[in-house]
Amino acid sequence: MTAMGHDMAEAGRGAGAGEMGIFAKRKGEGPLLQVAGLRKHYGARIGCTDVSFDLWPGEVLGIVGESGSGKSTLLSCLAGHLAPDAGQVLFQTADGMQDTLAMAEPARRRLMRTDWAFVHQHARDGLRMGVSAGGNVGERLMAVGARHYGQIRGAATDWLQKVEISADRIDDRPSQFSGGMQQRLQIARNLVTGPRLVFMDEPTGGLDVSVQARLLDLLRGLVREMGLSVIIVTHDLAVVRLLADRLMVMKSGRVVEQGLTDQVLDDPQHGYTQLLVSSVLQV
Amino acid sequence: MIEISGLGKSFTLHNQGGAVIPVMAGATLSVGGGECVGLVGRSGAGKSTLMRMVYGNYLSDVGSILVGGLDVARAAPREIIALRREGLGYVSQFLRVVPRVPTREVVAEPLLVLGVARDEALARAEDLLARLNIPERLWGLSPTTFSGGEQQRVNIARGFVHHYPALLLDEPTASLDATNREVVLGLIAEAKARGAAILGIFHDEGARDRVCDRLVDVRDFTPQAAA
Repeated sequence: MTAMGHDMAEAGRGAGAGEMGIFAKRKGEGPLLQVAGLRKHYGARIGCTDVSFDLWPGEVLGIVGESGSGKSTLLSCLAGHLAPDAGQVLFQTADGMQDTLAMAEPARRRLMRTDWAFVHQHARDGLRMGVSAGGNVGERLMAVGARHYGQIRGAATDWLQKVEISADRIDDRPSQFSGGMQQRLQIARNLVTGPRLVFMDEPTGGLDVSVQARLLDLLRGLVREMGLSVIIVTHDLAVVRLLADRLMVMKSGRVVEQGLTDQVLDDPQHGYTQLLVSSVLQV
Repeated sequence: MIEISGLGKSFTLHNQGGAVIPVMAGATLSVGGGECVGLVGRSGAGKSTLMRMVYGNYLSDVGSILVGGLDVARAAPREIIALRREGLGYVSQFLRVVPRVPTREVVAEPLLVLGVARDEALARAEDLLARLNIPERLWGLSPTTFSGGEQQRVNIARGFVHHYPALLLDEPTASLDATNREVVLGLIAEAKARGAAILGIFHDEGARDRVCDRLVDVRDFTPQAAA
């Protein structure tokens, strides 16, 4: 995993220096994901529409909006859980950019097991509750062809430690874990195969604030060390400020504003974003 | 290193009757390598607004802001992210960190993001914390519970741990005692000596006189309508 992240960073170095000024030498190898004209209707009602954006390697994109704004629909369409009515979701593969919506089913399933990962809001949706913690992590490795029991268990132990779960809990079931631990286990299960793109749906929702802080710190470290690209949906502006490089604001299924996270939050241009930012209670 | 030309901005408040408030017009200034330029003008005249625009935190309506060759006023978010990572530092008056992260990690983070080895990054962070008189027993604690002056110094350590070629300083000596003020003025002098371009706001006139090579009055950039 670490080696892969390193290779990606190496590959990016040096390219595209001319167009970006003297400091911005890295990450010139092109977008990891290109979304164009994505649309999903539920009957006459708009789920999301006209969504287009690029995501670059190592970037964290936050998507915010109230419930019903279409952010979860968008995430589901991007991650291949929901079939959109129109649009393209191009992903950088060894054979160049490929439309994941037009991919043959086996290829798409392989992508979802290897290069992509999905962290659900409720850990129980992303975990096998009847299988041990180690089994949960090992299962995803086995799905990509790992067969050696000792190596799988070793990798699982490593990952439990990375997400700060003590190795002696490896044979416990997730149902015996606290909410914060379950969420960290879900993250370990998702990241063990070294994905390049991680989708997250309200990953800190429903957790105590103190547990949230620990999870945020963990996620920031993993993003940095593995060079992950992340698309994170949340309604929590404080979470995106600390985690996301860029921000997209959605209202009634449309993207009303996007830009650098702190710029969108501190100098919002759209009336809806201004309302959203000014409605946050100060602590 | 920093070249600002014809810069203008207004805020539009959509939820307050669409009121348009012009805040800046025709802002033009440049800061060369090894130079420190101080922004002056009464409170509310637009000093912080200008700094935020240079950092890409506020959008610009017209004009250009070249920092190391990149026009921040027109750059894509990821270009600004790369610029902030490597070329442009900002010491603001607020410390914004993930709660519960130890101080030494907070200070080392700009280096870790650049790929500096963990041991070296932490060692450099600790050197600066020691120099800024943050007691060693606090290094393993989150700065969120620190006093205002301590948070200010953590913020300064974070802003100086990587040697940014361009640096924005918003009141770096406010709420510091005489000893620590000297340390910060020393850090600024060292940054200038290695060729950094610094744009700053210093209400502390003594500090301003010592580190600034030139002063720019932002009242010259006040829009006519608002004057």
